[in-house]
Amino acid sequence: MHNPQLHSDGRLKHLLSIEGLPKRILNDILDTAETFVGVAEREVKKVPLLRGKTVCNIFFENSTRTRTTFEIAAKRLSADVLNLNVSTSSQSKGETILDTVNNLIAMHADMFVVRHNQSGAAHLIAQHVPDHISVINAGDGRHAHPTQGLLDVFTIRKYKPDMHNLRIAIVGDVLHSRVARSEIHALTTLGVPEVRVIAPKTLLPTDVEKLGVHVFHDMRAGLKDVDVVMMLRLQNERMSGAMLPSPQEYFKTYGLTQEKLHLAKPDAIVMHPGPMNRGVEIDSSVADGMQSVILPQVTYGIAVRMAVMAILAGGGQA
Amino acid sequence: MKLLIQHGRVIDPANQMDAILDVYIADGKIAGIGNAPAGFKADSTINATGLVVAPGLVDLSVRLREPGFEYKATLNSELQAAAAGGVTSLACPPDTEPTLDEPGLVEMLKYRAKKLNLAHVYPLGALTRQLEGKSLTEMCELTEAGCVGFTQADYPIVDTQVLWRAFEYAATFGYTLFLRAEDPYLAHGGVAHDGEVASRLGLKGIPAAAESLALATRLRIAKETGTRLHIARLSTAEGVELVRQAKQQGLAVTADVSAQHLHLTEMDIGYFNTMMHLRPPLRTQRDQFALCEGLKDGTIDAICSDHSPVDDDAKLVPFAEAEAGASAVELLLPLALKWASQQKLSLTDAIASITLKPASIMGVPAGTLSVNACADIVIFDADEYWKVEASHLKSQGKNTPFLNLELAGKVHYTLVEGIITYQQHSSN
Repeated sequence: MHNPQLHSDGRLKHLLSIEGLPKRILNDILDTAETFVGVAEREVKKVPLLRGKTVCNIFFENSTRTRTTFEIAAKRLSADVLNLNVSTSSQSKGETILDTVNNLIAMHADMFVVRHNQSGAAHLIAQHVPDHISVINAGDGRHAHPTQGLLDVFTIRKYKPDMHNLRIAIVGDVLHSRVARSEIHALTTLGVPEVRVIAPKTLLPTDVEKLGVHVFHDMRAGLKDVDVVMMLRLQNERMSGAMLPSPQEYFKTYGLTQEKLHLAKPDAIVMHPGPMNRGVEIDSSVADGMQSVILPQVTYGIAVRMAVMAILAGGGQA
Repeated sequence: MKLLIQHGRVIDPANQMDAILDVYIADGKIAGIGNAPAGFKADSTINATGLVVAPGLVDLSVRLREPGFEYKATLNSELQAAAAGGVTSLACPPDTEPTLDEPGLVEMLKYRAKKLNLAHVYPLGALTRQLEGKSLTEMCELTEAGCVGFTQADYPIVDTQVLWRAFEYAATFGYTLFLRAEDPYLAHGGVAHDGEVASRLGLKGIPAAAESLALATRLRIAKETGTRLHIARLSTAEGVELVRQAKQQGLAVTADVSAQHLHLTEMDIGYFNTMMHLRPPLRTQRDQFALCEGLKDGTIDAICSDHSPVDDDAKLVPFAEAEAGASAVELLLPLALKWASQQKLSLTDAIASITLKPASIMGVPAGTLSVNACADIVIFDADEYWKVEASHLKSQGKNTPFLNLELAGKVHYTLVEGIITYQQHSSN
């Protein structure tokens, strides 16, 4: 089946999911991001790669953090940026996703950054835009959040450059997490030999092992000797009900504490895609501790998003 | 009006007939096969050389969308589609607006279908009022109005007590229940088979157990109440096995599978192809294999199209929001032929599964070319390939997973009561 993310010559056309992208493209994005890390430290925090282009952030689902980082990334590339919060306007008036998109196409947007609460929304849009427009998936339902997956592996590569010699654990609500899916595909594609997922059975997708991960239900066993601990956010509405009895019990069984972190390698790093629930999935002392790289993740997120936009626009490095 | 169909290969599973014979039609009935009735003089003749002459197809589930959903399809458009597909008798489910739960609505539908005279339309009545699963409909009245059985379409009966009473009441009068087997809680919000593909795509899954649990309940109640039960749209290997065991125990149960599920799996969803959003969901290759085998060994009695036309917009949305269903009545024949050829079965087997067998489940006089039977006939080329194109489909719904595929089996003529209702448009 033709991969809708790639041009016929194998170049990146859209970024919709990490799954199905060759290692070469992932490395290209990460290497390009490397050149953008320094831009933020310059006096003029701008490069002209997207000058004259219009990037349109279409958010059908609320988000401050992700939208902001995309906005900053586009602006540092000198693009004009248009932010659209559709969740509160057109959709409630019966306009379809494609109506919204077609309107923006008519306004000559060049690139769409899309977030939607339904899996596959970015694919749908990518199928219906004209050839010169690129679509970046900024999160679709439970499916994918590829730039988050990329910024996570970028962060890991910064601290643990030898990807072929790592043991990594992803902890928490994998079932509902587009971040986890993108992380898993990014890590396995880049050749990380052991990716673990740690969660109760109620928060794991069926046949998750077929994604190439090792499943642990006991957090202590799962954290043993890992190099990286990637925590996932637990949505409020899942904290008590048929999935989990209470946030307290969740913290006890799957929350990351200093004591549990000691089971990992002494130099293990701790990551979280944010926003965190302190005291539910992660203890504050860990989140703010020596091993935490949660804030660098945010910083690198901008460089990675700049790299994705630059590559999609056909441009090179800083 | 006398019609002669000459030189065709007549296949009639009911009479174990497969031979080159002439078919004589008079007054809307089969007047003779092979030998002309005394004094027969044809008013017109169809030359069926190289073509198969078979009983008109019988389809267990065709959504006509009227009343209420004319923006998806109309009685006229879908009965034209049925005729183009060679379908001459069909059952239509009651999930219309209003629901077919009152005799007047059923009579009106039958009357309007009769006026079009493109196919025999046999409504399935709602088993419960508004399909809400709470109180029973007037089944006797509905039967008098023309219903051939009762169903919940895709709606559940959550309360097992109501389910039990519905079985008992239907059994009192010998009515057949056409039910899907799906646990409403396990299926809630699900849009794809709960397995690897749904996990990868981040789609909410419906586990195979949703079918087997509900199936076990229905079979158990049928056994207790002696109700004639038809299981609609089996989708799992385990479901096939449960029906197989029930039949071995002598239960009066029959089952069907949709033509889509014989040929597609969850893998066909690809990158969120909404044409593959079906109900029940497409399942694994192992399930698909079991469905094909189950149909072959008689565990599954019939193939139906599960025709569900939807408007284009309903599929131009994210996968989970897309309306489930496929427009399929025009593909029933080629998809049945494809199954039979893959299983190395005869044309007779393929035709039986879409004529004789569904007719017997519905309890209607159709699906055979016996002398004096109603002259409902399809004449087709079994080997002619044609490309499934939206512009050529008669159905208002262009939502088929088989779009742009080439399929073998082209209908040349369809006759209802001896009258040509469809004739292949010849290009010259």
